[in-house]
Amino acid sequence: MHLDKVGSLNKGDLDMSENAIEVEDLTVAYQEKPVLWDIDLTVPEGVLMAIVGPNGAGKTTLIKAILNLVKTAAGQIKIYGKTSSDQKRLVGYVPQRGSVDWDFPTSVKDVVMMGRYGALGWIRRPGKEEQKMALSALDKVGMLQYAERQISQLSGGQQQRVFLARALVQDAQVYLMDEPFQGVDATTERAIVSLLQELRKSGKTVVVVHHDLQTVPEYFDWTALLNVRLIASGPVQEVFTEENLRLTYGGRVSFLKHNGENGVSNIGQRTG
Amino acid sequence: MGFEQFEIQLIASVVAAACAIPGVFLVLRSMAMMSDAISHAILLGIVLAFFVIPDISSPLLIIGAALSGVLTVSLVELLNKTRLVKEDASIGLVFPVLFSIGVILIARYAWNVHLDVHAVLLGELAFAPFDRLIIFGNDIGPKSLYVMGTILIINLFFISLFYKEIKIATFDAGLAAALGFSPGLIHYGLMSLVSVTAVGAFDAVGSILVVALMIAPPAAAYLLTDNLTKMILISVVLGVISSISGFWLAIFLDANIAGAMATMAGVLFVLVFLFAPDRGIIAIARRRSHQRWEFAGKMLAIHLLNHEGTQDEERESQIQHLEENLRWKESFARRVVHYSANNGFLLVNDDRLVLTTRGREYAKESIVDN
Repeated sequence: MHLDKVGSLNKGDLDMSENAIEVEDLTVAYQEKPVLWDIDLTVPEGVLMAIVGPNGAGKTTLIKAILNLVKTAAGQIKIYGKTSSDQKRLVGYVPQRGSVDWDFPTSVKDVVMMGRYGALGWIRRPGKEEQKMALSALDKVGMLQYAERQISQLSGGQQQRVFLARALVQDAQVYLMDEPFQGVDATTERAIVSLLQELRKSGKTVVVVHHDLQTVPEYFDWTALLNVRLIASGPVQEVFTEENLRLTYGGRVSFLKHNGENGVSNIGQRTG
Repeated sequence: MGFEQFEIQLIASVVAAACAIPGVFLVLRSMAMMSDAISHAILLGIVLAFFVIPDISSPLLIIGAALSGVLTVSLVELLNKTRLVKEDASIGLVFPVLFSIGVILIARYAWNVHLDVHAVLLGELAFAPFDRLIIFGNDIGPKSLYVMGTILIINLFFISLFYKEIKIATFDAGLAAALGFSPGLIHYGLMSLVSVTAVGAFDAVGSILVVALMIAPPAAAYLLTDNLTKMILISVVLGVISSISGFWLAIFLDANIAGAMATMAGVLFVLVFLFAPDRGIIAIARRRSHQRWEFAGKMLAIHLLNHEGTQDEERESQIQHLEENLRWKESFARRVVHYSANNGFLLVNDDRLVLTTRGREYAKESIVDN
């Protein structure tokens, strides 16, 4: 089993304080039913990591647990050595696109400025500085001309870019993204990938819930395979193996080898 | 217009403005029914608080009664959290219980004081000017004007102070929590405002009208603007218009003022629902019909382009032929031809259709677009 390898990887890195995220013995349960079972996961600084796993594997829950948004039954989570409530400023969050009401009466620029709210703290209002940051982030994701647009008028891919821009203005060290590629076209997907890789190059750590197994080796350098338990985590070349995938997805990935048009990627996409 | 009439309209306008402000967030959070629950459940709070402080417009009574509104919200959430009952059912279970206890208490113990169920539900705005606020022997105006004025200021104060926090917690509670703005705290803060407003307003306008003034103007404003600040302003304006026009409707019909105001709030909503420039039913229908003609026009232009210079061009470009080929009804075909000719896409030569240069360009563009 690869679990041993994962365990040793954790312990080896723990002493060095350059780990962006350290998850130890994390268990999350919704009424006695475990969603995450005893997760030990270390995410080194500066990696671009995909969290993959079947439907109901707890991928979103893991991200929410790291953000301290769900109640944990056991375990602890450290971001640069401290609890996430101490490190709120260090973490940028891109929730699932469908988690908000896109008919909310507000503009693209206003949504992006929300990324600055954390730095502003209570009561203080966003001003010129925040507007400037929002516009430059929108420029980075190619959405500058939509700044004054109503959010209800955006396509799925544009909504996703707005969420990315909002995360960028958070100016975080660690980014947690829940399905940023969901429902976007190929052009947007490429644009998002190059943005994520740019973030990694500038020393940020990016953790992405990802569904398309096919593109994992191409887009990411680090991965965690999750199915309630952590099956494996580490560099993609080492842990993204057929055996680990089978352990993660069950027998369903037996046709990984001839992964043509209807290979694993299809399974990945179907598991919403 | 007598001075009393002026005072009644002023009170009603202040009530409407105070209700519209938290109402905007109830509408945006899909929690309209919560206003119904709170406005009913506060009856119990009012009765209980009245036993302790027998003065309907005392601030302490208002706060005490408002607590029963907040209690309703937390009971609904508690029930909801068990996952055995859905949220709307939880609302439907909690507030009738609290409300009915209030009704029984009034019937049993408070029948001889100024507190009856009818007044609580419908209010009696006509009497509001008779309850004066006297300070050092000076009459400084109707009491309920001061009560509601204070509540309006409290609402304005909280919404403008925590505008950013309420906005983010309403739009994206997950991010709000991740950034350290507790959505739960903001939720309860808002619900407290709703409760205080409902308690303050019930004496003047009754608890049913509170619901109408909290929901109808914001729901209408939602159809009129894409900007949160404007939505709040428009809600306030629509609420004030409902109040004043409702007052005159009541005079005209010799009916209950609160009832007439609620009616006008409903009428205004229906007008906006129908005639809103972008999202009104009529605008949507017009847009759909326009799109239908546009699409048919495109189809025709592409059809003609495809057959241009081919052997069967002669046959394919006959108006009569459209019925067969595109399976259009004759009347529809003629209207599409008329629409396209009007837009300069084609010319009609003895029932033969010929694309203009502009029509050719249009057809080509349409093909590329798709």
